[in-house]
Amino acid sequence: MEQARIRNFSIIAHIDHGKSTLADRILELTDAVSAREMREQLLDSMDLERERGITIKAQAVRVAWKGHELNLIDTPGHVDFTYEVSRSLQACEGALLVVDAAQGIEAQTLANAYLAIENGLEIVPVANKIDLPAADPDSTAVEVADLLGDDPARVLRVSAKTGDGVAAVLDAIVERVPPPAGEPLSPARALVFDSSYDQYRGVVAFVRVVDGTFSSREALRTMATDTRFDAEELGVFSPAMTPVEQLSAGEVGYVVTGLKDVSRLRVGDTLTSVRRPAEHALPGYKDVKPMVFAGLFPTDSDDYPELRDALERLKLNDAALVYEPETSQALGFGFRCGFLGLLHMEIVRERLEREFDLDLLVTAPNVAYKVKERNGEWLEVHNPAEFPPEVEEVEEPYVAASIIVPKEHVGAVMELNNERRGTFGQIEYLSPERVHLTYELPLAEIVLDYYDQLKSRTRGYASFDYDVAGFRPGELVRVDVLVAGEPVDALSLIVHRSFAYDRGRLLVDKLREEIPRQMFDVPIQAAIGSRVIARETVKAKRKDVLAKCYGGDITRKRKLIEKQKAGKKRMKQVGAVEVPQEAFLAVLNIGQGQRS
Amino acid sequence: MSGSARHLYVHLPFCAHRCGYCDFVTATGRDDLHGAYVDALLRELHAEHDGRPVETIFLGGGTPTYTARPELLRLLRALPPTHELTVEANPETVTAELADALGDAGVNRVSLGAQSFQPHLLDVLDRRATPADVERAFARLRAAGFDNLSLDLIYGIPGQTPAHLAADLAHAVALGPEHISAYELEAKPGTRFTIAHGAELERQAEQMEGYFECVVETFTGAGYRWYETANFCRDGKRAEHNLGYWLGRDYLGLGVGAVSTLGGERRRNTPKLARYLRGHCDREIERLDSETRARERVMLGLRLDEPLPVRGLRSALDAAGVARAERLGLAVDSGETLALTRRGRFLGGGVTAAILA
Repeated sequence: MEQARIRNFSIIAHIDHGKSTLADRILELTDAVSAREMREQLLDSMDLERERGITIKAQAVRVAWKGHELNLIDTPGHVDFTYEVSRSLQACEGALLVVDAAQGIEAQTLANAYLAIENGLEIVPVANKIDLPAADPDSTAVEVADLLGDDPARVLRVSAKTGDGVAAVLDAIVERVPPPAGEPLSPARALVFDSSYDQYRGVVAFVRVVDGTFSSREALRTMATDTRFDAEELGVFSPAMTPVEQLSAGEVGYVVTGLKDVSRLRVGDTLTSVRRPAEHALPGYKDVKPMVFAGLFPTDSDDYPELRDALERLKLNDAALVYEPETSQALGFGFRCGFLGLLHMEIVRERLEREFDLDLLVTAPNVAYKVKERNGEWLEVHNPAEFPPEVEEVEEPYVAASIIVPKEHVGAVMELNNERRGTFGQIEYLSPERVHLTYELPLAEIVLDYYDQLKSRTRGYASFDYDVAGFRPGELVRVDVLVAGEPVDALSLIVHRSFAYDRGRLLVDKLREEIPRQMFDVPIQAAIGSRVIARETVKAKRKDVLAKCYGGDITRKRKLIEKQKAGKKRMKQVGAVEVPQEAFLAVLNIGQGQRS
Repeated sequence: MSGSARHLYVHLPFCAHRCGYCDFVTATGRDDLHGAYVDALLRELHAEHDGRPVETIFLGGGTPTYTARPELLRLLRALPPTHELTVEANPETVTAELADALGDAGVNRVSLGAQSFQPHLLDVLDRRATPADVERAFARLRAAGFDNLSLDLIYGIPGQTPAHLAADLAHAVALGPEHISAYELEAKPGTRFTIAHGAELERQAEQMEGYFECVVETFTGAGYRWYETANFCRDGKRAEHNLGYWLGRDYLGLGVGAVSTLGGERRRNTPKLARYLRGHCDREIERLDSETRARERVMLGLRLDEPLPVRGLRSALDAAGVARAERLGLAVDSGETLALTRRGRFLGGGVTAAILA
């Protein structure tokens, strides 16, 4: 296909605004899939995505429309995957911005629109769900046009559900989105915008060819990580993987690499030919770093090898997931895992539990901290247990948060953000009723129950998005929990100094309820370094006897004692104290703010 | 034939009525069967015992003294010679005649089921005796020459307060029995009693720690020896029969539902009266290997105030657990013997669980 007849585009939208449904209608209308093959929301292929209505991994599909080749590149819809979204957008010249006509602009609409604008994309605005009784396409069109500096008349009115207006969307893509501008004769360059792992063929790279031409069986290399391999197969998605001999400038397709490790082929990297390499890589490659960390432990310690295998397998398909073995005296053997964000963490956890049938214990999530030690050296800390007791300075990650909310809830949002150490940025009216607020917030303050709180305090109306905004100094301290003088590693946490007392008190109170009485007094303390900030005591039992024991019931009494003995063996030992695993679970639950 | 048992237990299941909290094998309203039952008992006695003297005999129930007098006496006369012959009695059944008859038949120890001296608590327990009955029974037994009387008390009764308990303990001390057994009320889950008193039983369970301390302090303060977890005595008059259990000795149990431990075997007779009367014991047998016996030896031995000789028992002990109990001031391991400290005895069950291998 000549370059002038190619259109590469993405669909961007706030969650539930109908992105996947619109993609399905486009496939249907272009006969890319027969009605029989048509399953609802074909592009979302992971079960979890279908259930949660979100797209986790980007995918691509080629369709034909009126003599043109249209490549639809699907993007993940969530903030944790902003980098992946931005790479997908970089592979396109245009984007459909889908807005629910009954809801109007939401936080992710803004975030995605800004990303698309930054990437220089032609934006085709779409007011979706016009079939809904509550839809107000005119107001939505005005809101969207205001956002884009466009004419409300150019906002397309669509019902992806009924198919109404979808053909006009395809026409608009052909008319408004420019064809790819790459150099067909230059040394070949392609952007890796996603990858997946195939058990038999290894890593499959999803690419957008920018310049030149790639041929199958050609020797290739990545420019940022310098990974070399032979292109075992080139192909396009139509929508099934279909081999082709060549992929040329402007085209979107896949490369079967045969690589066995997904981390050697990173999203955002540039692919070039070994024989005739390009001089410069495409801009924008970033080594994505995990921001949120948590310990994952099998509830039954015998499941440790299964957990290890499961993480290895997930990692094949998820280069952003990092993990290393962790040993906790309270929870046994497990892994400290790093995630892009909260959703990423929940997805990994759910996949581990669902696809690998593991029962997991997850510690309270924490963020990455940069710590300057007394000797002047900086180190990055991912685990509260590694946080040095004495530090010169600490820096914590901040996010730029964007919240859209009906104006009557602005006070509630401001109050929440103040409680969470937020710094007010600006306020902007999107319409007379709806307000866009920006804040800077420590990431640590949103990894707990921020989103739930935001939703409950605004009766579900607020939408929220954030972008990582770098590290800032913070008054942070490590709070340890000691049981009978022994620190319980799994319960250490890093908090802002002003919250230390309350959190310490909460943990200590909860533990006192959960730790059964022992044969001696058990002090429970929360401490910052050697300074105790909260203290409780589990008083010793004064009596633990079987009342009477005569010839007729020796067997029963022996069994009672043996049961008591077996119960002791199941307990976790913290120093001399026997603590049931459930006690840790209960405390970890409050650590996680009862997130559901 | 298990002629070697030195301790003999004889179960007499008949009662005037059943008390709500009781979980022993009992029979009510079958007064016509007393003779047949004693026949069955004597058959079992002759089958299982060679007639040689034994150290102790204990007649438990049921209410042994409710058994028709001639049948009870027939049984007593048929028993082998012994040093200690105890009969359990409900206070309201003890007449002067019964007291004399028991004495004449060789009974030298009576265990009176007083349980409490508070009329309303006795009601809760379905006990028929009044506090005055206990006083009278006590006096009659003394008059008949008994110098070894035991009193049973129960605490943790629904509705009981610390003041009630203190009054019961004081009353018991004032009577001056040679021996006192004080048990906490054991309400088995699912029984009518437990269902009827659920919430109050939970409240009592919380009180129980204080009650136990109060019991031990009161009796030891009055000069009694706390020789077993729930038992107290003076003048060296321990319950020799029960001591046999706690020392891990063999014993032969006769009667419906009775348990014997003989050699490496523990067996339980059928709890069904009709089967037993027809001469069937239908014994349920549990084999006890040497390891199990060693564990039981530790469990039972640590209930006593005398140090437990540990020769041959080390394999049943967890050395780290023993060391820990010592560090916590709960046990003393002399090498030859293992003993619980006073605090250790209050926590005896937990300590035992901690030090068993």
